[in-house]
Amino acid sequence: MHFAFSEDQELFRASFKEVCERECTPDRVRGAWRGAAADSLWKQLAELGVLGMTLSEPAGGLGMSELDWVMILEEAGRFAVPAPLAAHTAVALPLLEELGSDALKAEWLPRAVSGEARIGVTFEADPFVTHAAELDLLVAERGRKLYAVPAKDCAWEPQRSLDHARQLARASFEPRADWLLAENAADSSSRAFNRAVVAQSAELLGVTQRMLDLTVEYVKIRHQFGKPIGSYQAVKHRLADALLRLEFAKPLTYRAAHSLSSGRPSTELDAQVSMARLYARDAAEFMAKAALQLHGAIGYTFEYDLQLWMKRAWASGRSLHSDAWHRERVASVAFAGLGAS
Amino acid sequence: MDLEFTPREEDFREEVRAWLAANVPKGSLGSGDTREGFARHVEWEKQLYEARYSVVSWPEEFGGRGASLWEWLIFEEEYYRAGAPSRVTQNGIFLLAPTIFEFGTEEQKQRLLRPMAAAEHLWAQGWSEPGSGSDLASLKSSARRTDGGWLLSGQKTWCTRGSFCDSIFGLFRTDSEAQRHHGLTYFLVSLKAPGVTLRGVDRLDGDEGFAEVFLEDVFVPDRDVLGGVNQGWQVAMATTSSERGLSLRSPGRFLATAERLIDLYRRYQKQDPSAARQDPALRMRVLQAYMDAEAYQLYTLRTVTKMLSGGSIGPESSLNKLFWSEMDVATHETALDLLGPYAEVEEGSPSAVDDGSWLKGYQFALAGPIYAGTNEIQRNVVAERVLGLPRK
Repeated sequence: MHFAFSEDQELFRASFKEVCERECTPDRVRGAWRGAAADSLWKQLAELGVLGMTLSEPAGGLGMSELDWVMILEEAGRFAVPAPLAAHTAVALPLLEELGSDALKAEWLPRAVSGEARIGVTFEADPFVTHAAELDLLVAERGRKLYAVPAKDCAWEPQRSLDHARQLARASFEPRADWLLAENAADSSSRAFNRAVVAQSAELLGVTQRMLDLTVEYVKIRHQFGKPIGSYQAVKHRLADALLRLEFAKPLTYRAAHSLSSGRPSTELDAQVSMARLYARDAAEFMAKAALQLHGAIGYTFEYDLQLWMKRAWASGRSLHSDAWHRERVASVAFAGLGAS
Repeated sequence: MDLEFTPREEDFREEVRAWLAANVPKGSLGSGDTREGFARHVEWEKQLYEARYSVVSWPEEFGGRGASLWEWLIFEEEYYRAGAPSRVTQNGIFLLAPTIFEFGTEEQKQRLLRPMAAAEHLWAQGWSEPGSGSDLASLKSSARRTDGGWLLSGQKTWCTRGSFCDSIFGLFRTDSEAQRHHGLTYFLVSLKAPGVTLRGVDRLDGDEGFAEVFLEDVFVPDRDVLGGVNQGWQVAMATTSSERGLSLRSPGRFLATAERLIDLYRRYQKQDPSAARQDPALRMRVLQAYMDAEAYQLYTLRTVTKMLSGGSIGPESSLNKLFWSEMDVATHETALDLLGPYAEVEEGSPSAVDDGSWLKGYQFALAGPIYAGTNEIQRNVVAERVLGLPRK
């Protein structure tokens, strides 16, 4: 038993963080809000190897497992990375490598690793695709089938997300045989979906951490009645509760990543993934409201950066199925043998 | 990362499980907070000691097995899963012993630890005073120097199971000039000593689980000072953090409670399927209890990994305490809601479900957010010492 990350994993996280500190400032995130794709960040991430990290080494990647990337995506949340990093790395590339034809892989994988191509994903659970405008390829689940559709062949109907950086759109396409990745991809899809959920949970943890950090800093410097508001117990207790939720959500996400990288598909694994999401989202929702309340009016402005993370939590947390759906996955394990309930 | 126990650890689990299956008393021992129930629990604890299961993590020379923290967690999981009796000796074993290991002299270790492990010498804590609860450092009980030792005077209260124990451990003011945290000393005090008066106090559930201890010039020899004179606060803090943190509340306990809750839900659903269908909210609360117990287990595994990698758990232990104490209340409350009109039926009554243990457990759980530092204080600790918010 050793429930901690390795030194290598920590080092990779630190390198990623360093790039984000430089290339993913709140100003850059706001740039993405105005429609500027985060090109310079994407390029740097390619140089670091992050974009291809989930591909095997022969395919030009780093051969990283869910356990290796979970902290990377946590950091991505902390910096509100305005790019399809999770979809591209955690979901799309493993699917393409697993299911794609040699021709498809030859066409897309090298460009995905080098940063020339961005790949998005859409599951049946969600009507929308994020970061639509900058995608080159879309991996789409339709029923039991999986397609890899060139973005230029999709019809796009842009939607404005609460979180403008998400660049949301509805994609439609007339399925073509040569785009088909798999006829019956239920197992691969479900594995990919679980990866997407762990990635989402990790990002929510990072988003929560950033909101907590911002709020702690703020209540230390904001004075009212002659004292920092962080000295009042009502404020302290709310932040203690936020930390409590965050710290108990973390191990669930890390465990789910560990199980994904080592375990075989099972209802237990599904339940673990869903628990990760439930607790991460609970922490994020609790924190977002606490952050807004404790910042007061300044937090309620468009100008103040807090909204970049609050809106990420609100916008991204409800995709990849509802909490109720995830609770039922846990219930099917917790209440196993209980019959229809 | 490795989330499996080793084959050796799993062997240990099997050994513990087999022993418990053969030895855990079949019937209830009654409440460990009544005189008769306490005596029966002590007999059980002696049996545990004979099998060297009373203090598995202690070194062998004091009656333990030198078990690792992982093995201790495994032991606890199996212990509670087997429905074994609650540990009435825990205040000594989990609160005082860690302090003796850290601050005690060799003579104290040799004299005190083995009888404690053997449930021959029974210990209660003597922290609180009538005017000093959360603000423990304001305590007034004092000790003044005399030949070969100290004369202690004052009043201690809420001493858990104090009426049935042999000694208390607690803080007394040894320097009347010094303020608050300074000038306190950690004493071990025999309840049989002249000058001690004990008065039992019934808890919320009616059991004599508390005692008040009055001290009038009670002589305590020098050898019963733990840690240095006037160093009591630092010495005591070592035990309070183990009370809040890992030691007293291993995940096994809550995993077992969650399993029992699911079992109760199963029976409830069978008995009254329409009510079960009509209350999906209750079903979700049962599920939450299950998930929380698992979350607590994972959090603990992470904490233990940190400790074994040379880290320490400081103020973070307050997060631990907040989580388990509030989870425990919620879990039992859910059980009472499942029981509906049967919830109020106390143990021993003909219609009591699970012999009233959920009601008993609920009342016990309600004490969790109060003892070992109230949860209000814990939230202050988290905010000030983990998040770094200003005290004033």
